[in-house]
Amino acid sequence: MATVFKKPHALKDLSLHYCPGCTHGIIHRIVAEVIDELGIEGTTIGVSPVGCAYNNYEYFHVDMVQAAHGRAPAVATGIKRVHPDNFVFTYQGDGDLAAIGTAEIIHAATRGEKITTIFVNNAIYGMTSGQMAPTTLLNQVTTTSPFGRKPEIHGFPIKVCELLSQLEGAAYVERTSVHDVKNIRNTKEAIKKAFKVQEANKGFSIVEVLSTCPTNWGLNPVDALKWLETNMLPFYPLGNFKGKDLEV
Amino acid sequence: MAEKLLMKGNEVIAEAALRAGCRHYFGYPITPQTEVAHYMAKAMPKINGTFVQAESEVAAINMVYGAAAAGARVLTSSSSPGVSLKQEGISYIAGAELPAVMVNIVRCGPGLGGILPAQCDYFQSVKGGGHGDYKNVVLAPSSVQELYELTVEAFNISDKYRILTIILGDGMLGQMMEAVEFKDKEEIYQDDKKWACTGTKMERESNDITSIYIQPEVLENHNLKLQAKYKKIEENETRVESYNCENADIIVTAYGTVARIVKNVIKMAEKEGIKVGLIRPISLWPFPTAEFEKYAETPKAFLSVELSAGQMVEDVRLAVNGKRPVHFYGRMGGMVPSQKEILDKIKEILNK
Ligand SMILES: Cc1ncc(C[n+]2csc(CCOP(=O)(O)OP(=O)(O)O)c2C)c(N)n1
Ligand code: SF4
Repeated sequence: MATVFKKPHALKDLSLHYCPGCTHGIIHRIVAEVIDELGIEGTTIGVSPVGCAYNNYEYFHVDMVQAAHGRAPAVATGIKRVHPDNFVFTYQGDGDLAAIGTAEIIHAATRGEKITTIFVNNAIYGMTSGQMAPTTLLNQVTTTSPFGRKPEIHGFPIKVCELLSQLEGAAYVERTSVHDVKNIRNTKEAIKKAFKVQEANKGFSIVEVLSTCPTNWGLNPVDALKWLETNMLPFYPLGNFKGKDLEV
Repeated sequence: MAEKLLMKGNEVIAEAALRAGCRHYFGYPITPQTEVAHYMAKAMPKINGTFVQAESEVAAINMVYGAAAAGARVLTSSSSPGVSLKQEGISYIAGAELPAVMVNIVRCGPGLGGILPAQCDYFQSVKGGGHGDYKNVVLAPSSVQELYELTVEAFNISDKYRILTIILGDGMLGQMMEAVEFKDKEEIYQDDKKWACTGTKMERESNDITSIYIQPEVLENHNLKLQAKYKKIEENETRVESYNCENADIIVTAYGTVARIVKNVIKMAEKEGIKVGLIRPISLWPFPTAEFEKYAETPKAFLSVELSAGQMVEDVRLAVNGKRPVHFYGRMGGMVPSQKEILDKIKEILNK
């Protein structure tokens, strides 16, 4: 019988620990498929974050280094400077990247560090049970913004792609989503391009992927996808912010 | 032929690291150690190495973490407030068992303090500083020559045990110029680094570097393994110099710059018929407890002289274990005790 669907080789044959309906799993699969399709499993080194994906080093068939909260871009810098010919990627949540690790991501991008960041934006802290993230939407209820995020109290959500695309060292900046099949495909194309930008030594590349957290949003998986579409898309416009026409 | 050069302490650290095969440096400027970075910024591009001025000490130590995980010999240097920022990364390096070398050219604190020499980071260096049950090897040179030799050794110790080794100097040592004799060739410990993240090349299972162990049994075992390693280091890597301790009236203990002053005090005291010994810990961790035990019943008393409010004196007390009184004399804020001050303190203790 012909095999029509199987796990990508770069993803180990393990069951992932994410909550039902969480789109971290989809993003993992996409990263692994891209690694397979580019044939770069043997030369890729990944950096795991702190957050729900903290132990994704166990899932990928590539060498992985687990980093402190927010520090993945600095760790990746160290790795890339030692192995400039390898592919180095970080996988980071919004709390990780846009709160505690803001300096690290901005400066890795500024230096034009030849790494690729997969930035999973679910508008909340997942692992520590639903606190407000820098990306939490206005009026969004979280455990630390129980009456909704109010700009006068909590400030405004950070738009990471808009911010990073201003930096000269950032070569490729794109925001995608995984709330339906079409967008999952787009995400894959974007991540593939981001790795190619790295291969071509063009500079820093990042793909922000809008993702769901059904558990902490208090929604079932299907409603969570709808919530993302209805609430996140208007505030976080999808598309390319930089490097669309880069020849790689 | 061995090469003898007149060099500044901080520059010697950088040169020693290069001779020890270090090709990656990550740091952030802070007085009084910045010449290490200046030297590396010049040297590294010429030998295809890496010099990165990080955006902060937090980033610098995490770059070190990444480079060490990738299998490199890697150096960072800083001074007290910078080292405080590095503590997060240091704890992770300990947890993930990565080899690296960090230089702390200590300045006086607390807070922003001042830029003059001090030894007030002893506790932070030898007792942890970051979170968790861990140790770093801490080496305390007292001359520019020793800065060179111990920097080379620091890389070897780090690779041998997969541990962070700290060179703990002070502003005086970092800034002073002295003649230093370089060897033609360094002995370099070779680790195959099979554990490192270099890409699987599709030839082996993937390597993971981590410090997170959610299962309590697994984490306890990891901790037990670390502790066993620390014990082995205590057995093999303790370094100490003792001088004039047989029949000493009093044994002074001091490390780094201060130990040099004490050596002159010994000569002054001799003229007055007082026999002063010196125990100079070279490794602050592992602490040379056995050396203190050996001489614990020789002198009337011990005296720890430090550029702090009294930090190493606690380890001296533990080592002497109540067998003799242990006194303390220290200066702070960048003040360095004169020979006469120390001699006066000795006389006061001996009632002379
Ligand atoms: C220094 C530090 N501070 C706080 C934490 C606790 N912590 C763990 S995960 C997390 C939030 C992660 O959120 P995010 O990056 O958005 O990832 P998600 O869990 O949503 O995937 C926090 C605050 C930590 N591990 N380390
Ligand atoms: S807490 Fe949220 S982000 Fe974390 S695994 Fe569960 S659904 Fe996913």
